[in-house]
Amino acid sequence: MAIEARIPTILRNYTDGAKSVEGSGQTLGELFVDLDRRHEGLRARLVGEDGSLQRFVNVYLNDEDVRFLGGAETPLSDGDVITILPAVAGG
Amino acid sequence: MTSYSRAVLKISTGLRDEIVAHARRDHPDEACGVIAGPVGSDRPERFVPMLNAARSPTFYEFDSMEQLRVWREMDDCDEEPVVIYHSHTATEARPSRTDINLAGEPGAHYVLVSTRSPEETEFRSFRIVDGEVSEEPVEILG
Repeated sequence: MAIEARIPTILRNYTDGAKSVEGSGQTLGELFVDLDRRHEGLRARLVGEDGSLQRFVNVYLNDEDVRFLGGAETPLSDGDVITILPAVAGG
Repeated sequence: MTSYSRAVLKISTGLRDEIVAHARRDHPDEACGVIAGPVGSDRPERFVPMLNAARSPTFYEFDSMEQLRVWREMDDCDEEPVVIYHSHTATEARPSRTDINLAGEPGAHYVLVSTRSPEETEFRSFRIVDGEVSEEPVEILG
C-alpha cells in the first residue's frame, strides 16, 4: 500500500532533501512508524511519545486537516497523499 | 529556499504599506500573513494577508485549512513564502521566545511590525534558523 508524504523544507534533512517520500500503513500513525525506518528521526518531529500529533505541525490527508479526522488514528488507503506543513504561529 | 545567505530584505513601498495597514487594522490583535515570490528569487511580490486563527493580542496562528490552500497556490505558481510577517501590539518588533521556538520556514524573512505606538510603526526583518535569530537591514524600494 503506497502513500505519498510531502515533506516541508524544514524536515527535508531527514529525507536527504526529498520533497516527497513513500511509505505504507493502515493508519497515519503506522505510516509515520514506517517512514521513520528509512528516515530516522522524522517521526519524533511529527508525534509525541504517546503517538499523538505535535501541536505545531499540520498534517493533511488529501485536503483535510487530520485533526478533524482521527489524528494519528486516521485510516489511510492506497494512493492517499499526506501533506506535512509546519504551523505558522508565534507570540 | 536553498540559499540561507540573505543579508537584507528588499521590499517595495507598496508591500510594506500593506503589511502596516493590516497590522493597524487588526490592532489590538496580532495580524499575520505572507508575501509570496518566485522560488529562489528572494523577491516578495504577492501580498497574502492571513487570518489569525488565535484572534489574540499575544499570539498568532495561521488557520490550518487556509494555510494549506495558500501553500498549494504558491506551489502551483512556483512561489514560496519569501516573507512571513506578524505584528506585536504591545511590545517591540523583534521575535519573541515563542516566535523563535515555532519558526518553521528557515528560508523566509520574518518581518515583525509593532503597533504599540499609535503614531509610529516599527518594521524590522529577521531570519530564524535552528533557533538562531539574526536581524537584517530592510531596504525599501520605490
